[in-house]
Amino acid sequence: MYKNQAAGEGAVRPALEAVHLTRRFGSFTAVDAISFSVLPGTIFGLLGPNGAGKSTTIKMLTTLLLPTAGTGRVNGFDIVRQSVDVRRVIGYVPQMVSADGNLTAFENLLIFAKLYGIPRAERRERIMEVLAFMGLSDMAGVLVRKFSGGMIRRLEIAQSILHLPPVLFLDEPTVGLDPVVRRSVWDHIFTLNTEFGVTILLTTHYMEEAEELCQQVAIMHQGRVVTLGAPADLKATAGVTTLDEAFAHFTGSSIQEGGTYRDAARARRTARRLG
Amino acid sequence: MTPHERAVPHAAWVRSHYLTGFVYQCLAIAEADVRKLRHDPTELVTRAVQPTLWLLVFGQVMGRLREVPTGSLSYRDFMAPGILAQSVLFISIFYGISIIWERDMGILQKFIASPAPRVALVLGKALAAGVRGLTQAVIIYFLALVIGINVRMGIMSILGVLLSTILGAAIFSTFSMIVACLVKTRERMMGIGQVLTMPLFFASNAIYPLALMPAWLQAIAKINPLSYQVDLLRALMIEGSQSAFGIGVDLTVQLAVLAALIGLAARLYPRIVA
Repeated sequence: MYKNQAAGEGAVRPALEAVHLTRRFGSFTAVDAISFSVLPGTIFGLLGPNGAGKSTTIKMLTTLLLPTAGTGRVNGFDIVRQSVDVRRVIGYVPQMVSADGNLTAFENLLIFAKLYGIPRAERRERIMEVLAFMGLSDMAGVLVRKFSGGMIRRLEIAQSILHLPPVLFLDEPTVGLDPVVRRSVWDHIFTLNTEFGVTILLTTHYMEEAEELCQQVAIMHQGRVVTLGAPADLKATAGVTTLDEAFAHFTGSSIQEGGTYRDAARARRTARRLG
Repeated sequence: MTPHERAVPHAAWVRSHYLTGFVYQCLAIAEADVRKLRHDPTELVTRAVQPTLWLLVFGQVMGRLREVPTGSLSYRDFMAPGILAQSVLFISIFYGISIIWERDMGILQKFIASPAPRVALVLGKALAAGVRGLTQAVIIYFLALVIGINVRMGIMSILGVLLSTILGAAIFSTFSMIVACLVKTRERMMGIGQVLTMPLFFASNAIYPLALMPAWLQAIAKINPLSYQVDLLRALMIEGSQSAFGIGVDLTVQLAVLAALIGLAARLYPRIVA
């Protein structure tokens, strides 16, 4: 299916960039002039508590939300001026449960195959390929509302890679999943990255997730990126042994705090559906 | 090839088949809805109750009065297309709730993050509402045959009625999606839907002719797209009936309204996920 995205390119251009990216809602600044860049083939984590501005950042980079100021680039395309090109080269898994429970796994994929213009002759093969890759071959004809939480997440990832995007956005990919299932989702994300060189931006508020998966993380706090680097480097700079402590060091607060009523409600709703 | 084309081999295909691609995308959105109905068709049964009551109970009783000046048509013949238009309106005017539901689920976010043009997303949904409308047409035809309403049975007439039904459903479902993009929550959407349906229905020629209305209501009825929908359906569906406005006018008004609504809805669509 995928060709390795990272291989064979000469000059290294960032797969993903945010340049003073800002979003205000009225007088509230959800994302405050953040900048970062992600090299091709990297798993990059936006780390922070609910309400830190992670999801808003993802929404801007996936062209769902216009920035108030600043901009971003995905595979060289400007997220404001070339939004349609951006949409062609990204896959996106929202935080919520976004597979349709009233359709089968195959149908969920079929609709997206058509939306992305995958020619008829290749559709079935491609769908079976991504199902196999995510370990869901046996489930093709089953209604998604009968799926377990981990299976739904895997199906959603399958949906997001159907058109072989070089850049993937995963918003809280394992929120609400139990530890064993979480690990299986991690394995799939990791394989996508190592085998096919897919650049992945994920948001998380789980420290283990960031440590396990991400080569680079940006710690977000109250809409700003307070620090940025490899997890090991961040720990070394802070002079601590865990990423939790590093987070506390850089933000002056614990990751368990923060978030609004709406964030909390949404996180619980997702957890309930998956659980 | 640029890296992006190598990674996404179909970008070129999509560009060179823009129109076919667009049609596919519309149909894909509609198809999702049709497949859901196929998995769980209970909705179709519950949707049959209202038009049945209107035609069998209201129509029978009002028909006895013989007070409504329906020209050469019997009252039941006169109202049957009106009830079809009404039941399609009732389905469509709440259609926006489905996009709010999909937004809450996260499904809509993925549609909007796909390269499909917003117009295709909106038109696809409007078509899906049209398919639901068709099921109402089938019910009305069935009832009409049972109680002996003088329906035209020619293929062209029936085809015309079905296409008009899709058109009507598309208009009001798109209108509903516009409201959904503005109010954004299911509760408000339910409230607004309730407020809108009855005025739209009563300020139209669905169950009585315009001639019976006071001048101010006639004026409203004449800017109500539902009147043109009913007029078209009546002309196509009932033996011996004629269009009051002219079929050309009916079609032009409805297509123009639909085009304007689709344009507006496509502009507003991304708002619902913001």
